[in-house]
Amino acid sequence: MEYYDSKDLKRFNEVGNFSEELMKKFFDYYNSATGEAGALTKREKALIALAVSHTKQCPYCIDSFTTQCLESGADPEQMTEAIHVAASLEAGITLIHGVQMHNALKRNGAL
Amino acid sequence: MSQVTVLKPREISQDSSDEAKYNFYRTLSDKNLDLPPTSIETLQINITKLCNQTCVHCHVDASPKRKEQMDLESVDRCLDILASNKSIKNLDLTGGAPELNPHFDYFVTEAKKLDKHVMVRHNLTVTIDGNPVTGESKKYLPEFYADNQVEVISSLPYYQEYFTDKQRGKGVFEKSIQSILLLNDQGFGKEGTGLELNFVYNPVGAFLPASQPSLEADFKRELKKKYDIDFNKLYVITNMPINRFKHQLKKLGAYDEYMTKLVNAFNPSAAEGVMCRSLISVSHDGRIYDCDFNQMLEMDAVVDHEHMTIFNFDYGKLLNRRIMFGSHCFGCTAGSGSSCGGSTA
Repeated sequence: MEYYDSKDLKRFNEVGNFSEELMKKFFDYYNSATGEAGALTKREKALIALAVSHTKQCPYCIDSFTTQCLESGADPEQMTEAIHVAASLEAGITLIHGVQMHNALKRNGAL
Repeated sequence: MSQVTVLKPREISQDSSDEAKYNFYRTLSDKNLDLPPTSIETLQINITKLCNQTCVHCHVDASPKRKEQMDLESVDRCLDILASNKSIKNLDLTGGAPELNPHFDYFVTEAKKLDKHVMVRHNLTVTIDGNPVTGESKKYLPEFYADNQVEVISSLPYYQEYFTDKQRGKGVFEKSIQSILLLNDQGFGKEGTGLELNFVYNPVGAFLPASQPSLEADFKRELKKKYDIDFNKLYVITNMPINRFKHQLKKLGAYDEYMTKLVNAFNPSAAEGVMCRSLISVSHDGRIYDCDFNQMLEMDAVVDHEHMTIFNFDYGKLLNRRIMFGSHCFGCTAGSGSSCGGSTA
């Protein structure tokens, strides 16, 4: 048995079966934030969403936003660079907490 | 013996279960749309299925192995039609690689004498490769096109090698750049020369194209920066779910997903601008169709139970014909629309 099936992406609406109104509010917000050009172009939004999809490791999002990136004119080089932006932030977020470690080392008198 | 008696009617070669599932007529009816012809401004002629390339997405299934060629009698008949019908302003030559028809040069020069606007669907690499069967050089083409003020329209799936070669074959991108630079040297794509060089983008896979203005801006910026290339316009087209591309979709298990995408993106405004309303398509053997896609699906134009050909050509009858639609028409009506001249909405 596989936990993830790409066909399940089309069933997203089902999550609203027991809470229709909240799901509608979510989709209105989501579609507006990600699917329409605003201060950012659709391509820029798709690349951001693709990057976030990788940090959150959501296969549904990766699938969907890969297509949205292509359909907004992005190419594999741009998409790969977006993943690296996300990956470098993950690395940076991990490393910056080293400052907290240094603070703790000082409190312990070890530094 | 006249060509009309030799030709036989053919059956529509679409999969009927796909037609039932993705019913274009039902969509038109639901949207209260009627799409009759508005004019016949363009005679688009597929003069050969021979090509020096074998592109993955090709709806013609063109390749170096194909043998179909329009003969001289049919070329002359097309020229007669152009001469007798002033309202047909454009001759659009396509294929395969139309330059690989032995009567191609004659066709172009004679059409120019009739003061028609001549467009050639030029694959760029035929200039470099030559004729794959005879080995004849085609290096004269850029100068020939300039001398005859032909509008050159060329497929360039991307400004990068990986997408272009994936779709059109290994080495195609590099040869395409070489060929474009030869055209630029003749003045094509340069401001003030009047020599038009337009590119055609189509997606490399089962997805819809981005907007024409945004892609054109990308292409202009990147081609200028990397190769000092100039061109006029980028036409953005959707991949038609027929023949080679349909086969690829079915193999990937992606056909239904792609068709659903096209159906959901149906745009009435794009539908009103579909090219079949102002163009007729002619096959190498003289049959008439509503468009090149219908031609490849063997959906002949029929008026009053009569299959239309260049030998029984009747402008009035063709202007009043009912256009034959099919599930593939969702490709031309999705999003911003798709045609041989790019977006239609």
